[in-house]
Amino acid sequence: MRVALFLTCVNDTLYPETGRAVVKLLTRLGVDVDFPMGQTCCGQAHYNTGYRHEAEPLARKFSDVFREYEAIVTPSGSCGAMVRELYPRMGERARAEGRGDTLARTLAPVVPKTYELTEFLVDVLGVTDVGAYYPHKVTYHPTCHGLRGLGLGERPRRLLQAVKGLELVELPGADECCGFGGTFALKNADVSAAMGADKVRNAESTGAEVLCAADNSCLMHIGGTMARLRTGMRPVHIAEILASTEEEPTV
Amino acid sequence: MSGTYLGMPAFPKAAHEAVHNATLRGNLRHATHTIRGKRAKAVAEMSDWAELREAGKLIKDHTLRHLDRYLVQLEESVTAAGGTVHWAVDADEANRIVADLVKATGETEVVKVKSMATQEIGLNEALEAEGIHAYETDLAELIVQLGKDRPSHILVPAIHRNRGEIRDIFAREMSEWGRPAPEGLTDTPAELAEAARLHLREKFLRAKVGVSGANFMVAETGTLVVVESEGNGRMCLTLPETLISVVGIEKIVPTWQDLEVFLQTLPRSSTAERMNPYTSTWTGTTDSATADGPSVFHLVLIDNGRTDTLADEVGRQALRCIRCSACLNVCPVYERAGGHAYGSVYPGPIGAILSPQLRGTASEVDASLPYASSLCGACYEVCPVAIDIPEVLVHLRERVVQGGPVTEKGNKVVLKPAKGHAAERAAMRAARWAFSHPGALRTGQRLASRSRRLHPRTLPGPGRAWSATRDLPTVPAEPFRDWWQRTNGGKGMSK
Ligand code: SF4
Repeated sequence: MRVALFLTCVNDTLYPETGRAVVKLLTRLGVDVDFPMGQTCCGQAHYNTGYRHEAEPLARKFSDVFREYEAIVTPSGSCGAMVRELYPRMGERARAEGRGDTLARTLAPVVPKTYELTEFLVDVLGVTDVGAYYPHKVTYHPTCHGLRGLGLGERPRRLLQAVKGLELVELPGADECCGFGGTFALKNADVSAAMGADKVRNAESTGAEVLCAADNSCLMHIGGTMARLRTGMRPVHIAEILASTEEEPTV
Repeated sequence: MSGTYLGMPAFPKAAHEAVHNATLRGNLRHATHTIRGKRAKAVAEMSDWAELREAGKLIKDHTLRHLDRYLVQLEESVTAAGGTVHWAVDADEANRIVADLVKATGETEVVKVKSMATQEIGLNEALEAEGIHAYETDLAELIVQLGKDRPSHILVPAIHRNRGEIRDIFAREMSEWGRPAPEGLTDTPAELAEAARLHLREKFLRAKVGVSGANFMVAETGTLVVVESEGNGRMCLTLPETLISVVGIEKIVPTWQDLEVFLQTLPRSSTAERMNPYTSTWTGTTDSATADGPSVFHLVLIDNGRTDTLADEVGRQALRCIRCSACLNVCPVYERAGGHAYGSVYPGPIGAILSPQLRGTASEVDASLPYASSLCGACYEVCPVAIDIPEVLVHLRERVVQGGPVTEKGNKVVLKPAKGHAAERAAMRAARWAFSHPGALRTGQRLASRSRRLHPRTLPGPGRAWSATRDLPTVPAEPFRDWWQRTNGGKGMSK
């Protein structure tokens, strides 16, 4: 199976280790991974801030770059939800504005083929035990777009539970937003910071060493708050945990 | 909408104070979390919740699509039952109609059933200006009125107050308005409720005119429905001789059978009750010599921005709202910012989409409301009529930053982009350009990587808000795409 990795612009620029982990993990599971160099950004930041017209060319580009692949895998619930949930809506809006079906038809092929990483592992590859080893106490934060946009449900937790050596502890108020929300963190900094601080306090109360999530943007916000509040906890992307093995552990 | 809120600062500024008010945050957190948990339980009991939610959405959408027809039917039914229907295009017109109707009775006092519509139009203040005192009879509204305060929640307007604060307000203010609070009043719920009961009873027995809103209006019979918990609304509906109901035109349902859906979803979503304690329905007038109920009945139907909202194909879903307030109780932003920061009688997620549609996005607070959300989606998930609040928020953000066609007072106009977004717009365009040219993106990434030791710990400009409370991520030495090329897709990696 030949799949394309859609890493997302944030991960490519700031969190390359997550991309390396996805490659390592999928290769270990027998998947042939490609990284199309033409990829950039799905347009989510534009769309969500109210610049739908600026997001359209990015969505078209996404489709050009990825449409030929069997599957598109992304380690981001948020960008996954952008493609699956919002691309069809962008097509509909263009149609409602009298611009015909062109956009909808351009975007349609990539929509059903795009998977968030944990979805791809559980639904497409049919695995929950990926042979990982990670001897740490971990708590899991389900990010909003993964939870409500994509409906990831128990998939990430099931994957984590199957990791050797990993102790999974429940995060109080897990379903509550961490307060990142893209430009929300800038436009409503006070509220965003208060939400982040509460999330971090809840995480601290579990006694876990690691807070894990399937989205680096949320982890950037939570991790930045953790560092500022000097909790000693670490934010880690789920891909890095699942990629970790006894021979080649991730710290 | 009410002039009370004019000149409100933008949401982030108003929220700043609330976030730093520990008592307020404590009160709100406690109240919203309690009700949130109870609601989840009450909803989980229903095996057909998803179907009920869909049914509620479809009934409302159908009614809104044929609103003209149902409004005419309602007017006919109300008139046939002995009532009089008045149409008000905006708040001023509605207030004038009500004031004139009260004055015609020769009375200077009215008792009120808790109603969002009358708050929306600022009726109490308008009546006061005409020398008519309007007394709120809902317990929480009473607290707000006595405290010379503003409501901060749709269902629990005094949610921002704790018991101690309420006791102080009662002890200090009740005597100004009627029967004083009993000596030595404590802050136990039973004593507070008894003080309010005695204070209000005096008003119920004296009043000749009642003013209400309605949760629903049934077109086929002209029946109005009020759903409440305390029974004070029913007192106002049965005791006074004249009843004036002020209702938004979107409150209509075609038939009694439609109520079956909402009378299940509304109480569970709002107070987490299986059934609400008092459901009052009334149709037209009664012969008050022999029966309970008003002998004169006026229905004032208000538009106040609703038909403009209806003209917007994405935003119109906000008119499905049954004001259950479930979205407020799950909203993490509302929980920290408090209801007053929204600058409207409609706070929380629904307020963030309803106010900028009913009032337009011209004022500072209305232009900031579409951004008062992290788009976490909890409001959509909980809404019993499936209003996709995040979708409407993003749609309204687009209206603020890019302008576009809207309907204002029935006329199609094209809005210009709001001021103050020029820098953001330029940044978004530049980002779009860079993202459309992978080479440019790569150059930018490399520059960032090379200069990474020089990056500041705190950011200037809009980024300051970020770095004031959070550490910035450090830029890695090598972006992923460079690694991919250097190692030939990781094949050069040790396995
Ligand atoms: S938007 Fe939905 S959840 Fe919020 S008050 Fe209205 S009906 Fe209730």
